[in-house]
Amino acid sequence: MTRSTFIPALAAATTIPAMSLAQEAATIDARVNEAFATITGPFVALIFAPIPFTGFPWIVLWLVVAASIFTWYFRLIQVRAFFHAIALVRGDYSDPNDAGEVSHFQALATALSGTVGLGNIAGVAVAVGIGGPGATFWMILAGLLGMASKFTECTLAVKYRNEYPDGTVSGGPMYYMKKGFAERGRKGGGILAVLFSVFCILASFGAGNMFQANQAHAQISGLVGDYPGWITGIVFAAIVFAVIVGGIKSIARVTEKVVPFMGLLYVGAALVILAANYDQIGWAFGQIFAGAFTGLGVAGGLVGALIQGFRRAAFSNEAGVGSAAIAHSAVRTKEPTTEGVVSLLEPFVDTVVICTMTALVIIITRQLMIDPDTGRYIVQDGAIQTVGGTSGVTLTSAAFASVFSWFPVVLVLAVVLFAFSTMISWSYYGLKAFTYLFGEGKVQELTFKVIFCIFVVIGASASLGPVIDFSDAAIFSMAVVNIASLYVLMPIVRREVNSYFARLKTGEIRKFSGAPAE
Amino acid sequence: MKILVGLDGHETGARALDHAKRLAAAMEDAVLLVAYVIEWSPYSFQTAEENAERHKRRLEEVAAAQERIVDPAVAALAKAGFTASGLVHHGDVADTLHRLAEENGADLIVIGRASKGGFSQRLFGSSSVNLAMHATIPVTVVG
Repeated sequence: MTRSTFIPALAAATTIPAMSLAQEAATIDARVNEAFATITGPFVALIFAPIPFTGFPWIVLWLVVAASIFTWYFRLIQVRAFFHAIALVRGDYSDPNDAGEVSHFQALATALSGTVGLGNIAGVAVAVGIGGPGATFWMILAGLLGMASKFTECTLAVKYRNEYPDGTVSGGPMYYMKKGFAERGRKGGGILAVLFSVFCILASFGAGNMFQANQAHAQISGLVGDYPGWITGIVFAAIVFAVIVGGIKSIARVTEKVVPFMGLLYVGAALVILAANYDQIGWAFGQIFAGAFTGLGVAGGLVGALIQGFRRAAFSNEAGVGSAAIAHSAVRTKEPTTEGVVSLLEPFVDTVVICTMTALVIIITRQLMIDPDTGRYIVQDGAIQTVGGTSGVTLTSAAFASVFSWFPVVLVLAVVLFAFSTMISWSYYGLKAFTYLFGEGKVQELTFKVIFCIFVVIGASASLGPVIDFSDAAIFSMAVVNIASLYVLMPIVRREVNSYFARLKTGEIRKFSGAPAE
Repeated sequence: MKILVGLDGHETGARALDHAKRLAAAMEDAVLLVAYVIEWSPYSFQTAEENAERHKRRLEEVAAAQERIVDPAVAALAKAGFTASGLVHHGDVADTLHRLAEENGADLIVIGRASKGGFSQRLFGSSSVNLAMHATIPVTVVG
């Protein structure tokens, strides 16, 4: 298992433009990349280091173990509170006098637009392409467990956010680290908060920005033909600039409206394909379960499927990373628990629903080649052979195109829009970390936003292997710091949760009149 | 008798207010409640930054509506000798006017007819139509 499989979507989709670019600007780019790789290499290697003798990256284990512990500690909160989460999102428990404030639905939608994206389209294809259908099983399991991590971090984020006299709020892991540790009488919260902020800023430039710009360019040039990346970069940077610096809300609003529509279109298309092949769904799930425990001949067998599934799930839903906690902290609620409960729907929608759709479509459209004699997948160079030799985004695209020939165009549009909305979300996460370190203020905000836009151009135009490696490492370092703090703070969450559900049971907290009865 | 008047910041709302004044003038002990609803859906999509500033914006929106629409109307009514007070709320116009009327024990809701036409209104119906159709309190729609 090589490090590069962590970003295979990029590797798969950018090979062509990256190569032509490399020829054009070989000397400078190569030198920058080389220098960067040398400096950041040890850090990247440390984060993705395998557990001795297993090839299993410890960071993946770190995320899964944490998710399992939170699941146990909060007594299956993702099952217990699932229907309550839906009732909260519907607004059944919202005071009508709070209308005009951020609703649970809005906080969830905003956080989702930051996570739904390439991970759901490309990441899943990579997981299934390398780990076989069985990876889907582990991905779903990781998604279900991840709901508990998301719940923990989002409850804390609302509880310990800063509310300023002018009515604005700032929240996120750095705030609960600092205030929560102080409340528990523990030292080190301040240091963790600073570390988290630094990693968050780096991740916002990398995975939340350059990676997205790069992928968007790869998709557009794949559709219209190769052209220099800086053109895409400038256009994207200009639009991002208009939104985050110019405050042109209309662009953001259009995106925020189109993105859910694209998401629905994507799921809708997948459902149509599944409905048309309903007789195959049983077989597909059979492949998923059989593959989960036997590997069906894929590289690495069971362990290979497990690693791929867990990895892609973690990367896709960001549970435990702490990013969504920043987005969820803006909701108007007197009960932090409610937002935590709502947030557990996020990994569910992202991973359990959307990622599973993608995987099923790839499996059912028979993109993965099976040896007719043995019934096992044909593996070559560590990946399952696909019908058109595709992988990553192109594998998903080919799977959908085998039913809807026009789908690749929609997919390009979806990837570009998802990339854009992810950038807008991450610009905010990075900004909050930046202002946490350097203080709230117009100058600090503008400084960060301008740097962010410059990275858009760099991201779209350069070949970014080592930079992306580094930004991935930064995202997972956020999880190292964040989860460490969650272990310290989880008793506080338990107190909140127990109190909330007790009051829900006695009827002290109840639905507002007018809300439909269940 | 308590009459809730829905304002919309336009001439249609002003006509509704005029009508409510005529009704109130003909009654004894009439109380006028002037309401303005800021159209708002909890299911709209926003950026993280908009969410963070939402509370502040909401206060600004309420203050602006109060200052420009509701307060002048209430002041004018008081000057004309009516007992009047004002309300500003966010939400769906029809639902919110109905809720405010119920909560404040109004006996009648007076609103203007649709303040703007167009395709979307043909498709989804106007606030006035929705309110008249679903209200549990008598509604007068002023033309």
